[in-house]
Amino acid sequence: MTKSTITYADNLEPVSFTQEELGWLPWLEPFPADELTERHWAGLVDASRAKSPYFLLLARDPDILQARTKTDKDIFYNTSSGLPRAERELSATATSRYNGCIFCASVHSRFATQFSKRKDDVQRLLDEGIGVEIDTRWSAIIAASIALTATPGEFEAQHIERLRAAGLDDIEIVDVINGSAFFNWANRLMLSLGEPTRPAPR
Amino acid sequence: MSASTTDVIDLLSGIEPDSYLQGIRDQRPQARENAQKSYQALFEPEFPGNVTALERYAVATFVAGLHRQPTVTDFYASALRRADRSGIADAVDAEAARGATRGPYGSYPKGPLTIENKDGLVYRVSDDARALLGHRLAAAFEHAHLLVFRPRDASPEALQRLLDAGWSTTDIVTLSQLVSFLAFQIRVIAGLRTLAAAPDRKLADVGSKTLFTGALASGHI
Repeated sequence: MTKSTITYADNLEPVSFTQEELGWLPWLEPFPADELTERHWAGLVDASRAKSPYFLLLARDPDILQARTKTDKDIFYNTSSGLPRAERELSATATSRYNGCIFCASVHSRFATQFSKRKDDVQRLLDEGIGVEIDTRWSAIIAASIALTATPGEFEAQHIERLRAAGLDDIEIVDVINGSAFFNWANRLMLSLGEPTRPAPR
Repeated sequence: MSASTTDVIDLLSGIEPDSYLQGIRDQRPQARENAQKSYQALFEPEFPGNVTALERYAVATFVAGLHRQPTVTDFYASALRRADRSGIADAVDAEAARGATRGPYGSYPKGPLTIENKDGLVYRVSDDARALLGHRLAAAFEHAHLLVFRPRDASPEALQRLLDAGWSTTDIVTLSQLVSFLAFQIRVIAGLRTLAAAPDRKLADVGSKTLFTGALASGHI
């Protein structure tokens, strides 16, 4: 068992929010990939995650990792009803922008762009931050996500009214709540267990 | 009913069975089930490792207190008092009050975001509370405060303080998940309570959602 953290004196951390693909380096030793048991594989949910130092580190406590991953997938990928994927990713991006998770924001801003085809609007959220005004619907989702992210919380009836006025129904509002709440989980793990790296030169 | 059979988010949000909001939560059945399983993995773990029930409930009570969510705080505080044979519960309440502030704040890597750096409380446990809590739990509280209010200030040095206080790498993963999960659970509960209190309801295309027929007729929120 390690008694000291891993540090990266030569790593050039990204210093601004970006839609580029970033890497991530763990500050603690991930679980050794060649020692994974059935319980660890169950925790990883997707076998491909055994290639990720982030998920291998979280696999040290596999039961909470498994439950967390399944929560994540249903909140973001279950589109049998509710908010379009793009706007769930918008909520994740706004939350990550406010908490200051450059890595999380990079991943989910890319998804927001992929599903919305509105790369410039997504970039404005990254560049201008939480006060950005985009359009009625996106601004209402961003404002609600920010209010949910503040500690103590600032999410109030006026945010519900604004989301409804922007056309969201209550299933979609719960998707915003879940999306932002989930990234308050994800941001804290990603920010506190390692650091991002800049994209490899192409 | 024991905690393991009660859905904690429903319980603390005041959502009744077969209610309107339960119908909405049922639209994401895996998220509902696994939010509960997350709670169980952290607070009723099959494999608890080195992190004790007392430590889990003490940190949870502190974190809920920092969020100033009385319903959630009371829930974890009553579990803490059941597990508390060393009389730390009052000190936990007092430390949550001492740590009260507003977040998120903290610093970015030096560069264009530096202008967004925001100073704020760097919380340290009081000497009296440290004597009562011990170094290991005191270190956990200081890290929990960082995660709650200024996660972008996280650093290898912060993790080293946990290692030095006796937290193993695996213990740190469990502690980090516990605090971060609570950041999620508390926000879902706050959001659902706000929605429950909102006037009216709004559902697109109710006719196709037979799930809601009973709920809408029941009159429960």
